[in-house]
Amino acid sequence: MKYRTTKRHFREGAKNIFRNGWMTVASVGAVTTTLLLVGAFLALMLNLNHMAQGLEEDVEIEALIDRTANEEEINEIGSAIEQMNETETVAFSSKDEELSQLIEDMGEEGSTWQMFEQDNPLNHAFTVRAKKPTQTESLAAEINNLDNIQEVNYGRDVVQQLFQFNEYARNIGLVLIIGLVFTAIFLISNTIKLTIMARSREIGIMKLVGATNNFIRWPFFIEGALHGIFGSIIPIAAVLTGYHYLVNNLSGQVTYAFVDLLPFHPFAWQLSLIILLIGTFIGIWGSVMSVRKFLKV
Amino acid sequence: MIKMKDVYKTYANGVTALNGIDINIDQGEFVYVVGPSGAGKSTFIRLIYREVKPTDGTIVINNTDLSTLKEKRVPFLRRDVGVIFQDFKLLPKLSAYENIAFALEVIEESPRNIRKRVMDVLELVGLKNKARFIPDELSGGEQQRVATARAIVNNPKIVIADEPTGNLDPETSWEIMRVFEEINDKGTTMIMATHSQEIVNTIKKRVIAVEDGLIVRDEQRGDYGYEV
Repeated sequence: MKYRTTKRHFREGAKNIFRNGWMTVASVGAVTTTLLLVGAFLALMLNLNHMAQGLEEDVEIEALIDRTANEEEINEIGSAIEQMNETETVAFSSKDEELSQLIEDMGEEGSTWQMFEQDNPLNHAFTVRAKKPTQTESLAAEINNLDNIQEVNYGRDVVQQLFQFNEYARNIGLVLIIGLVFTAIFLISNTIKLTIMARSREIGIMKLVGATNNFIRWPFFIEGALHGIFGSIIPIAAVLTGYHYLVNNLSGQVTYAFVDLLPFHPFAWQLSLIILLIGTFIGIWGSVMSVRKFLKV
Repeated sequence: MIKMKDVYKTYANGVTALNGIDINIDQGEFVYVVGPSGAGKSTFIRLIYREVKPTDGTIVINNTDLSTLKEKRVPFLRRDVGVIFQDFKLLPKLSAYENIAFALEVIEESPRNIRKRVMDVLELVGLKNKARFIPDELSGGEQQRVATARAIVNNPKIVIADEPTGNLDPETSWEIMRVFEEINDKGTTMIMATHSQEIVNTIKKRVIAVEDGLIVRDEQRGDYGYEV
């Protein structure tokens, strides 16, 4: 295809946007609504994913050491854990440190624990982190097999549930988004079909004058892409302002301290790009699909 | 060059339009196709630019066998066959100029050549001053002339006109005929379906008469042959 023909297709596609007036508005509206929903879902899903991942990474194994173990044995345990393949980091904390940590964590009620400072009932402990969250379980079992280990804690149920929930959230979100995208494609191809009904005669004429299918299709392709791009403007603006507002208002509020949102940069921009791409895809697909059956002349 | 052999056409609704057409039209000929309404003239014409496929028989246009022509190549056949449709088939939203230019945009002609060619044919059909008008703003006769200009603008080998003078006043009819003769003089094959006894009997050319899907008469410099 020659450059001037490409230019011609772009010009025609852009002109059709104006020639079709309200139909353009309807198509762009369909894209806009879909993208608003898709954008909200994506933001929610990706953040949930991010938070779950953060929690997953926070999963630590706490290995309590027998109170009878002497210093040498403790060191042995430490180096044994360090040599395990799955181990990312090992940190030792003495029973005194454990107690002061406990007092701190308990806040006001912590003071009642202060009386134990003289006779500390806690154990020395190793805090171990696995290289991958999924290795936590096997690593814990391995540590448990060592001598002089009294107990290994790693919140097994919490970890399992987290993985499960994360997977559900991801799958449901994906299904919803795909469903939305196809609904939009259907809506748009129907809207454009209405404009094409009127144009089917014109398409027939073009073919009789010797236009190839591609020659006819290209302006529709451009028109669809423009529908998609125009349709993403409002959703992108909504995502940018909405997310900005959300991040600013949630951060620093103690109540939502556990909510760990993805940072505005670069997440909001990435999301905008995804919205733009999905919008363009929807527009093009809807437009090109609807021309197809009118090309058989 | 147009060759048809044993061509039959039965439409999906059961109507038989052609009953075995055999014909040879050489490059540069001027042919009138005459006959009563519903005799098969339009079907015969539509076969040439492959708007209609024959039920049976072979058609060869410009050395291309239409029965083996791939769907994808049809547009290229149509670029060699300029058609002036009975209902003009102009693109309603485009100006006269743009309608004619479309036939050249399709073949990716350069903008400079497009401008020159379009202005040339507009002058030939006498519509230079109405280039910017859209079809709805033109009279029937003017639309007819735009359609004619579009059909000839890319110098096709064959020009087909389906009752081109049906909607015209006598004066414009003669003007159009003058245009046809002019392009025919340049070596373009001219095929014209018509009901105009006056034209056929005045400008003597080869006449093919179609009745009930058959060619019943084929004579050089023939008469219209039907009572009006």
